Amino acid sequence: MSEIRVENLSHIYSSGTPFEKTAIENIDLCIPEGQFVGLIGHTGSGKSTFIQHLNALLSPTGGRVLCGGEDINRDKQARRDVKWKVGLVFQYPEYQLFEETVYADIAFGPKNMGLSKEEIDERVREAASFVGVEEELFQRSPLEMSGGQKRRIAIAGVIAMRPGVLILDEPTAGLDPAGCRQVLDNICRYRKETGSTVIIVSHNMDDAARLTERLLVFDHGRVAMDGTPEEIFSRPQELVNIGLAVPRATAIAMALEKRGIKLAGSIYTHEQLKAAILKARGAGAC
Amino acid sequence: MLKDITLGQFFPGDTLVHRLDPRTKLIAVVLYIVALFQAGGVVGYMLLILAAAACMAVSHISPKSIFKGLKPMIFIIILTGALNIFYTTGTPVLPGWIITWEGIIRAVKMILRIVLLITGTFLLTYTTSPMALTDGLELLMNPLKKIKVPVHEMTIMMSMALRFIPTLIEETDKIMSAQKARGADFETGGLIKRARALLPILVPLFVSAFRRADELAVAMESRCYHGGQGRTRMKQLRFAGIDYGALLASAAFLAGVIVLKKFGL
Repeated sequence: MSEIRVENLSHIYSSGTPFEKTAIENIDLCIPEGQFVGLIGHTGSGKSTFIQHLNALLSPTGGRVLCGGEDINRDKQARRDVKWKVGLVFQYPEYQLFEETVYADIAFGPKNMGLSKEEIDERVREAASFVGVEEELFQRSPLEMSGGQKRRIAIAGVIAMRPGVLILDEPTAGLDPAGCRQVLDNICRYRKETGSTVIIVSHNMDDAARLTERLLVFDHGRVAMDGTPEEIFSRPQELVNIGLAVPRATAIAMALEKRGIKLAGSIYTHEQLKAAILKARGAGAC
Repeated sequence: MLKDITLGQFFPGDTLVHRLDPRTKLIAVVLYIVALFQAGGVVGYMLLILAAAACMAVSHISPKSIFKGLKPMIFIIILTGALNIFYTTGTPVLPGWIITWEGIIRAVKMILRIVLLITGTFLLTYTTSPMALTDGLELLMNPLKKIKVPVHEMTIMMSMALRFIPTLIEETDKIMSAQKARGADFETGGLIKRARALLPILVPLFVSAFRRADELAVAMESRCYHGGQGRTRMKQLRFAGIDYGALLASAAFLAGVIVLKKFGL
């Protein structure tokens, strides 16, 4: 029961003052349970505002957000309860670590839910194993961990609430390639084993193209494009017009097309690119 | 919400007051405050109010923004007034009351003093950018360097503190959202529960403040910052005609207030 439906959602900051600014406008969409969604767009395109509406951190100035068919801004209790259903991992989540031990920090969310000690313990261990944090580290201070470890501990702190929807704002920003891969693998495993919906904000088009089932492209507070990666990257020129990057494979295909070599189909992975080039060569195009 | 706090906020503008040298404004405010404590009679106070109003008019600072700044001080102002009303001996307003005429007059004077004091300093910070203010302060205190007072270090610390207030406020907002997303509750519960609820905000905030301080120190050192010795500035402060005029006017104003006091006005 964690389908997310967004109806006509708008948000205006500082409404009624000279600093009024429309962050998102008339967004209508539905994210079915279990979908892996990628959110792409510029800084300031409204992505962050949008995801903060999904767990009632911000309340809409217009429209509604429904989770499992119920309005999440119904009353105070609903606004609080939705935090367990929709887990939000902010950018650079390691900056929110505060407890003395790794264990206590992961347990913060479940503790706020009012669970029993045993239940909390079970969830902490489960969350830690999802992100690959060994139990030997439980009694250490989170502040003395490496950057990648901190990031994974912070993500575990949200996973421990067992949210049916997991939202991550640029979970790989500032990590080295190994750390990036690890974090993304953890997220994929969490989704596979729990069947949760995952929404990921990313600037890395290659990751977005490779991992997700559906992409939402934000531009100036609206959803400019909505579709599978295949659909989206079959119109790469539109992305470029918005000012966004395209996956490396798509960029190469576009460059080839400019030189008169037209490759067939939507290309966004290296495998597709290779296959398309070989096919074009077979047909005698180059 | 947190962003709405005004703290020594600067309203950019291009009025006569904005163009004055920060040193002039600093000295003028000091003279004004001295005059504030010299004023004795009704005429003296009227002059002080008039001067503040004139400065507000010239610098286009609305009384509204001054009142907004006065708000946090309201408790102190009321307390001072109440204490003066009740603890001054003299002729009672009505027979048997502890409230005396002298007490009322004194309370009004004290409240006026505090309000004008705050107004004066706000006029300074509203019309002078923090950078200009610290520059002016450093130059004014320069003579103290002779007796080994670390003037430059003190002023650079001040400008850095001012510079980081908005950053820290923004950071606090972010951390609060992140902890709310984990179900932290800042709104319900008694005093102790609420104070405890601040811990998840304060710890990360301190950690990041120290990290920022470290990074800033490294950045400054890598650009060869080595304190104030032999340091030149991009913007040289120079006294212009209006500065001399303003200083003269301020000094005359103070003298006038003192003379009035001699006559008991």
